[in-house]
Amino acid sequence: MTLNRLTAHEVINLIKKKKVTAFEVIQDIYNQIDKFDKIIKAFLILNRKEAFQQAKEIDVKVKNGEELPPLAGVAVAVKDILTVKGVETTCGSKILKSFYPPYDATAISRLKEAGAIIIGKTNMDEFAMGSSNENSAFGPTCNPWDLKRVPGGSSGGSAAAVAADEAFAALGTDTGGSVRQPASFCGMVGLKPTYGRVSRYGLIAFASSLDQIGPITKDVTDCALITKIISGHDTMDSTSVNLEVPDYLKSCQEGIEGLKIGVPKEYFIAGVDQEVKDAIDKTLKLFEKLGAKIEEVSLPHTEYSLPTYYLIATAEASSNLARYDGVQYGYRTEDYEDLSSMYKKTRSEGFGNEVKRRIMLGTYALSSGYYDAYYLKAQKVRTLIKEDFDKAFSKHDILITPTSPTPAFRLKEKIDDPLTMYLSDIYTIPINLAGIPAISLNCGYNKNNLPLGLQIIGKPFDEETILRAAYNFEQNSEVERKKPEMNFLQQKSI
Amino acid sequence: MTEKIITKKEVEYIARLAQLEFNEEEKEEFTAQLNSILDYFHKLNELDTENTPPTAYIISMPNLLNEDKVEPSLPQEEVLSNAKYVKKGYFQVPKII
Repeated sequence: MTLNRLTAHEVINLIKKKKVTAFEVIQDIYNQIDKFDKIIKAFLILNRKEAFQQAKEIDVKVKNGEELPPLAGVAVAVKDILTVKGVETTCGSKILKSFYPPYDATAISRLKEAGAIIIGKTNMDEFAMGSSNENSAFGPTCNPWDLKRVPGGSSGGSAAAVAADEAFAALGTDTGGSVRQPASFCGMVGLKPTYGRVSRYGLIAFASSLDQIGPITKDVTDCALITKIISGHDTMDSTSVNLEVPDYLKSCQEGIEGLKIGVPKEYFIAGVDQEVKDAIDKTLKLFEKLGAKIEEVSLPHTEYSLPTYYLIATAEASSNLARYDGVQYGYRTEDYEDLSSMYKKTRSEGFGNEVKRRIMLGTYALSSGYYDAYYLKAQKVRTLIKEDFDKAFSKHDILITPTSPTPAFRLKEKIDDPLTMYLSDIYTIPINLAGIPAISLNCGYNKNNLPLGLQIIGKPFDEETILRAAYNFEQNSEVERKKPEMNFLQQKSI
Repeated sequence: MTEKIITKKEVEYIARLAQLEFNEEEKEEFTAQLNSILDYFHKLNELDTENTPPTAYIISMPNLLNEDKVEPSLPQEEVLSNAKYVKKGYFQVPKII
């Protein structure tokens, strides 16, 4: 039996109906990990002992006829940027090696309360800075669809783990597309909720005005299930918003007759892969068939998103990452004469190149004499970008775009050219700047059998409508729901 | 690119502010890379933002303040458990004066 190949909602039902035990489920999950993860390298650390213990506890509940929590037995992988009490959390960085958080992130404690089983921590670009997982201090993760390609980033390990059936679902974080782009590259569903929807307590900060936690799942139903669990107000995060969390699963069941869809013309100009464009065209035809009304819209400041994002994100990062000084946790250099050289050597030895580059950019943008020209300017343009979306949403319910201009690219293809790498997030970045929610889901495959992603963008706090649109697409689409073949265990030279 | 936006000397200055240090080769590389990135960022100057207010916080919601109530915090030994150098319940750093 290979229970790990099922979706979360399928496995929940089987456990409830006593067809399988949670223990068997977790066993299949770890068998898959043991078999494939030495090649895919989605996980940095496994939580085996505790996971089996939790599974046994669920099985006792089932045996005693107790009511089960909503995610009982669901094996969830967690990006290594979220704190899990007592489980090493490195953020993909040497500087946090051997950090054992004394508390759970709020999203984690909510998952645990809901009966989900945390099976391990997944690989990521160091401090979530990257689009390919190649910036991890512990080596890159491979894309299960093609080992020579990247899984996307920065939540690449999370997306690869779910795609490889090593987890039913995963948590990622999304600062400029880090949940959606890897979900797209790995053929999975990934949601970035509205800024403030999910508590950031226990999320190791990269860019505090942009970061959000979001799920990566095998289908839209699972995405709705998990989003519901992790959302909602938390007194530990002053930016988490006190709004009621709707029953996303229920609203998925409604149709989309009369839904007004805008298609931003600026997202289809230079640089879009033809096969990506064709897949989106097909998608739009299906939405039309389902009764939606489609119209072109304009987001005129789109081309300014990338510089705006990189100025704001690096400025915030340079401030957030000042805390890594070798005193309270993580790495400290062995070789220093005084406090100042201890700081410098610790940070220079502990951080990787991309992180240093971004700290330098951010420090420069915030430094005396340049603040107005860079950081303040970017914050002003952020207002213009937000206004573009406000205007589009005054006439439309959702917007549809590709998630990324291309399918998964090759390992090492972009690593030496930071600017080209940044461009792979061009369709996801504006959404973080505007603080609004967006979901990525599979909408086809290219001729090399690589997944292509569709992005559905919604109004602030209207995750309901984008999930409903995504669900309707998923249920009615003729795109085959494939799994990566993963026949590489037979191949020798990898 | 015609003119350098950031010089090697400025890179050294920024590195000092950021508590980082680089060897000569790294300095050259960072100077070149930062120049090409900043050159691209200058695209923002095409926009007139004279009368545009800046956005720092994207969701316009009132501040949510917690009640001023004393609640238990992490025990001292747990807080110190991740530090490499601890002495008598304190974080230990190299001698300053």
